[in-house]
Amino acid sequence: MNLRNIPARWTSALVAVIGIAGVSLVLVAVLSIAEGFRAALEFSGSEDVAIVLRRGSTDELTSGLGQTSIPVITDAPGIRRTAAGAALVSPELFVIVDTKLRNKDTTANTPLRGVSPMAPRLRKNFELLQGRLAHEGTNEVIIGNGVAQQYEGLAVGRIVRWGSNDWHIVGRFSDRGGIAESEVWADAALVQQVFNRGASYQSARVRLTSVAAFQAFKDALDRDPRVNLRVERETVFYAEQQQLMQKLVSGLGWTLATMMGLGAILAALNTMYNAVASRVREIATLRAMGFGAAPVIASVLIESLVLGAVGGLLGGVLAYLLLNGMRSSTLNFQTFSQMTYAFTVTPRLLLTGIVYGLVLTFLAGLLPGIRAARTPITTGLREL
Amino acid sequence: MASWLSLVWANLARRKLRLFFTLASIAVAFLMFGLLEALRGSLAGSVSLAGADRLITMSKISIIQPLPRSYLEKARGVAGVEAVASFNWFGGVVKDGRTQIPVYATEPAKFLAMYPEVKISAAETTAWLNDRQGAIVGPLLANEYGWQVGDKVPLRSTIYRQENGADTWEFNIHAIYDVIGGAGWDKGSVVFDYDYFNESLQFGRNSIGWLVVKVADPREAEQVSHRVDALFANSSAETKTATERAFIKQATEQVGNIGALLISVVSAVFFTMLLVTANTIAQSVHERTNEFGVMKTLGFTDRSLLALVVSESLLLTLVGGAIGMALAYVAAQALATTVKQFLPVFGIGLRTVVVAPLLMVAMGLIAGAWPAAIAMRLRITDALRRGA
Repeated sequence: MNLRNIPARWTSALVAVIGIAGVSLVLVAVLSIAEGFRAALEFSGSEDVAIVLRRGSTDELTSGLGQTSIPVITDAPGIRRTAAGAALVSPELFVIVDTKLRNKDTTANTPLRGVSPMAPRLRKNFELLQGRLAHEGTNEVIIGNGVAQQYEGLAVGRIVRWGSNDWHIVGRFSDRGGIAESEVWADAALVQQVFNRGASYQSARVRLTSVAAFQAFKDALDRDPRVNLRVERETVFYAEQQQLMQKLVSGLGWTLATMMGLGAILAALNTMYNAVASRVREIATLRAMGFGAAPVIASVLIESLVLGAVGGLLGGVLAYLLLNGMRSSTLNFQTFSQMTYAFTVTPRLLLTGIVYGLVLTFLAGLLPGIRAARTPITTGLREL
Repeated sequence: MASWLSLVWANLARRKLRLFFTLASIAVAFLMFGLLEALRGSLAGSVSLAGADRLITMSKISIIQPLPRSYLEKARGVAGVEAVASFNWFGGVVKDGRTQIPVYATEPAKFLAMYPEVKISAAETTAWLNDRQGAIVGPLLANEYGWQVGDKVPLRSTIYRQENGADTWEFNIHAIYDVIGGAGWDKGSVVFDYDYFNESLQFGRNSIGWLVVKVADPREAEQVSHRVDALFANSSAETKTATERAFIKQATEQVGNIGALLISVVSAVFFTMLLVTANTIAQSVHERTNEFGVMKTLGFTDRSLLALVVSESLLLTLVGGAIGMALAYVAAQALATTVKQFLPVFGIGLRTVVVAPLLMVAMGLIAGAWPAAIAMRLRITDALRRGA
């Protein structure tokens, strides 16, 4: 009955719905950024890939592996080998180079990764989109898809100067949105030479024979007195990496949503008080007929909640239509370099938007509902 | 005029609860506007407060690529340069914790000359200069970790190792500095002696992170920065020099387009608020259809009714907006101490004070336009017939 009443007061109901939709839009939009980080980082990790860092390092940037630790890692048990017998190990190092951003007059930190020819086989989603892989020992580089979109002058066939070297871009790859897409890959030995890194690396990625082989591999390196290493599953490593960003962004999202929510509650309260006020007589009649306070409150609440659900869904859908899949980039504090991500509106986020809308309208419906139920019947019937 | 205003107010106050909710939602919108403006202004503000006479020279490759220590003296010799100081990012972590704090290795005397806004007493200066293991810390860190002058504090480096393999250095705190009369240095870092650091290193001795160059004449900043870069051109470590201002601007832009984010949020807030206000006025006009008919019969012109309704709308946004801005002012004051570490200047700026009333007027006019037009176009016969 209440719901069929809504069209009679459509402007007021519309305002409440739009108010809730606005809040839901902002909440879902900001949270979709956090979701994008999570997707990019979690998508990057494989269960059967281990990452080796110096003990005590939380990220690749602060890690360091001497040349002597590489053979120790390569000889450890549980590493998968190619048909030719080569171990699937990629010792890597990570430097940051300044590159001009597209359509902006500033530069940003681009991650340049020195890799071994095995590197593509250690990223499960690696796919060459254009050109070819770089030849080992040359100044050829391949660029991630995100990099190609984000910076000026980075495209297959171009030559770019970083450090004292000219680098030839020969290929472009995708990692299905994973973190490798934000990187430029070059020959490890040449990166060591150009950036004065001696013979040192920062991390090693290792493909294991199976997911279960991890423990034996880790134990062997932990026990080995020649090295001082931290061995982690790639999935665990990335999950840790995204925590900080996730926290920061969701914190921002909820702060904005709380403040906006306050405004939306007021708009919805207005609507609901109005709804009740215009039906004082009707409600009093119902009560006179024997309806108790509870059904009256319930009917007001239901009307309010429907508005909330519609608004919450509308905002979420708008966020999805406007933003989902849009790519942007930001500074990843752990690697101190740019990371590209896509706004990712998941069904869970849509649900979050709707639930938040419901919470807001529940609060907004409760007071007017109680008021309606408490107005003395005689007063109500006398009203115009 | 006074009677006109009281008529407008009486119309608004007809339904107290509705008036309250509408005012409150306008107030919330302006509260958000005020705070987000303060945030935006503060991000831009740290840019404009940065010393115009200071340049930052870093490796052309990136900020994490070290420079040779000899660059300090070489840069000192460039024409137009008044002073130079070098800095190394230590990557300091408080022992047993994971929280990273800003810790810099520099030459104490050069540091104090470069940042005169960093204040410590003469006795403290002497003590610091005479102890290689000495450090000075910012008041925010001292508060947070309970550090006092005379304490011995261990800090772990996430980047460097000592010759004996240890990753933790110990420092004697000689002063808790304050920053007065400038905002070039923040209140939450640790500064210690480069020599102590350099001589204990396992790898990477005699390298520095970046240089801060003070120019004799700020108007020459551009030319001096070109001269510095020219000096190191075609060497194994080329440099890139920019004003502190440009440097900070670039650093904030790396995080993303914060401005665009804030503008979208504020627009969403105002759009909703506009609808709420327009709806309130429209409802009120609808309820008074009959009354407007009577007023027209009495000789009120179409124009005066238009003016009446628009005035109601304007009064609503102005009062609500003023309450919101007052709240924003109070909230900004309260927040300023909390966010001081990251945003040294946080408050409602002059620009906001000018823009806010304009926005209130614009909102009031827009929200009132449609209901006012309805009231104006009412035909007396229709109006009197309806609702009677």
